[in-house]
Amino acid sequence: MSRATRFAPLALLLLIIVALIWRLATPSDTNVHSTLEGKAVPAFALSAILPNKPPLSSADLTNGQPHLVNVFASWCVPCTTEVKVLQTLKDSGVSVEGIAIRDRPADLAQFLASNGDPYDRIGSDPQSQVQISLGSSGVPESFIVDGKGVIRYQHIGPIERSDIGLILSKLEQAR
Amino acid sequence: MIAEAGLAALWLAAGLAALQFVLMVLSLRIQFDGARSMRSIAVVQGLLTLVAFAMLLIVFARSDMSVALVFENSSAVKPFIYKVAGAWGNHEGSMLMWVTILAVAGAFVALLAHRTSERTLVAALGAQAVLALGFYAFLLFASNPFARLWPAPPDGQGLNPLLQDPGLAFHPPTLYLGYVGLSVAFSLAVGALLTGEVDSRLARAMRPWVLGAWILLTLGITAGSYWAYYELGWGGYWFWDPVENASLMPWLAATALLHSINVLAARGALKAWTMMLAVIAFSMSMVGTFLVRSGILTSVHAFAIDPERGTFLLALLAIYVGAAFILFAVRGATLKEGAPFELVSRESGLVVNNLILSIVLGVVFVGTLYPLFVEAVSGEKLSVGAPYFNAVAGPLALILAALVGVGPLLAWRRERRPVFGQLTIPALLGTSALVITIILWPGMHILPRLGFTVAAYLVAASILPLVNRNPFRAPLATWGMVVAHFGIAIALLGMAANAAFTSERLAIAKPGDTLTVGPWLVLLNDVTPTAGKNWTAVEAELRATRGTSVVTLKPQTRYFSDPPAETNESAIRTFWNGQLYTVVGKPDASGAWQLRLWWKPFVTLIWAGGALIALGGALALLGRLWRLFWRRRADAEWHRERYA
Repeated sequence: MSRATRFAPLALLLLIIVALIWRLATPSDTNVHSTLEGKAVPAFALSAILPNKPPLSSADLTNGQPHLVNVFASWCVPCTTEVKVLQTLKDSGVSVEGIAIRDRPADLAQFLASNGDPYDRIGSDPQSQVQISLGSSGVPESFIVDGKGVIRYQHIGPIERSDIGLILSKLEQAR
Repeated sequence: MIAEAGLAALWLAAGLAALQFVLMVLSLRIQFDGARSMRSIAVVQGLLTLVAFAMLLIVFARSDMSVALVFENSSAVKPFIYKVAGAWGNHEGSMLMWVTILAVAGAFVALLAHRTSERTLVAALGAQAVLALGFYAFLLFASNPFARLWPAPPDGQGLNPLLQDPGLAFHPPTLYLGYVGLSVAFSLAVGALLTGEVDSRLARAMRPWVLGAWILLTLGITAGSYWAYYELGWGGYWFWDPVENASLMPWLAATALLHSINVLAARGALKAWTMMLAVIAFSMSMVGTFLVRSGILTSVHAFAIDPERGTFLLALLAIYVGAAFILFAVRGATLKEGAPFELVSRESGLVVNNLILSIVLGVVFVGTLYPLFVEAVSGEKLSVGAPYFNAVAGPLALILAALVGVGPLLAWRRERRPVFGQLTIPALLGTSALVITIILWPGMHILPRLGFTVAAYLVAASILPLVNRNPFRAPLATWGMVVAHFGIAIALLGMAANAAFTSERLAIAKPGDTLTVGPWLVLLNDVTPTAGKNWTAVEAELRATRGTSVVTLKPQTRYFSDPPAETNESAIRTFWNGQLYTVVGKPDASGAWQLRLWWKPFVTLIWAGGALIALGGALALLGRLWRLFWRRRADAEWHRERYA
């Protein structure tokens, strides 16, 4: 048996061990990266759901300012805590838009009355069509859209207090 | 107190393992005879780990919630058998079981091994001690099963309901016995490489361990496959899941080893290769343990996703396998190859067998770890699934199965007789199977078609070694080989039938609706709630008719309370020619239920084949041990007469 043959298993083992160490050191990235990031918001025009709240269309998102578009619903439990974090963002000057999924006016009014109302505009998406065209699969989710109407970031799940820094920096980048 | 006693036993066992290793170094390096004391130490070490494991069983049986492990994995309302089985249905407990089996196997080596030279035995016991030492350290420093909780909580968090199944009580212990049985082959190989005594005596000492481990792995894989089939409710028997592969890889290596070790035992050839396989077989067991325990690959089996434990296991893997490979690289050159053989001979047949098995092993290994490498190099994420494995491993397995019919007919050293004439009838059977499938089912896929062909041929070819002689005077080992090879044909038949003829029906049905699947008419009679000791369920009542036979099936969706989870309990009815497999899913808003129905012709042959393969192994093992027993007795008598 030649020297190379005898040492081949050892070399192979080292290679495998290195790969496994690398994997242990850098755990698999479980975040979902939206394929829509970097693309323009699909065109939509949603109707108003509450009489005192203007409706939302894709044209509203191209006014030169970055927007935080929040996909939510009054029937969604995590949304009740997330909306308070959105209020904090709103207070620091962020413009927050809402897309209400499969919602009823009375329920939504009750939701905003008891949890707070950070939304500048709310569009009603009764069949989830706009939600699907945005590539959102659940509530709550949020999108950061820059002043030209291009999606810069998709946040899956509720925005927690600990995410405020992340969201503000993403908004800054979108400016 | 009980938990503390268990922990103390574990520390003592670890201390003894260290001592055992020191004695080995002394024995091999200086003129010091440590063999006797090492034997006793190995036995006591085995007993101590048994004590530790018994203590763990006791705290689980008593539902002692002050032990953290019991709190996390058990609950007072669980049926008793699952309370006990819960002891190894978790990371720490299963690692303790692993160490216990390792140490007890070491004790048996010390008690039973009389065939190798004293020096090789000492070296092997030392290697076994080092193996055990690493796992003791892992338990004591990174996964203590006896850690306490203070104050003790009133009730536990329960056991994953998927694991609350009689299969769990036996599946992991069987596989572990198999994995760890291979550790003895590893230690003996390392010992023989250290002393340079790689010969047929070593092969004969190693063979029962490899055979025993292989039987248990075969049983474990077969049982695990059936468990996944009925418990997960997906209707499949093999998913190429990384952890399934983790159990298949040691089996493939052990199967190759089982065959090459016969060459070493009978002819003294293939020395380096057999030692390499013995190292690889146990390495694959460790790789399997590492994959399962580190959670490095996404899998239904990934229990403990814990980088620290993963690192620890990887370090052990690197040290043990690395050391064995270094030893192989250094000592491999001194191994002289044994008796030569010609191209057409039993030896070459077994070399081809080993070659194909190694390629299949490589294919499975690469497929399992490929996603990892791709992501390391290019950052791209992908998964390797059944299409790759079936397309690559399937044809190789068929070639191997075809050769299984030939190999046993060949003589050692050189074959000059016209043995291939015996294969006429099997070849005719295979050809007719091929022709029949082409005529009756022209649309059948190529793999199942070839599966039927090879299976029909092998059913006849596998029994040829018994045909030309008086079958009742053939050695038990020959019977074992024939039964195992026949089992391959049977399993292959089941796989081909399942792939070619399964009918599946996925439908939404209201009570009163009738569906057809294969030859069956299935009526959804009613859906009613029902309850068990720690679960509630909805149960569908299905009335299936085929011709004049009527059967009732009751699949359930079960909801467990602690921990909250939902499982599908499939209802399966077995007939001589197949299984009717039914699963009930969720209702929709209108009160209709999801039903999944399968008619799987001859699917049971897959597991029957697996059981036959294991039975063949058991017969061979029995034959070897029987012979050993009589030879030893004859020796003893000879001694008595001579020195009386």
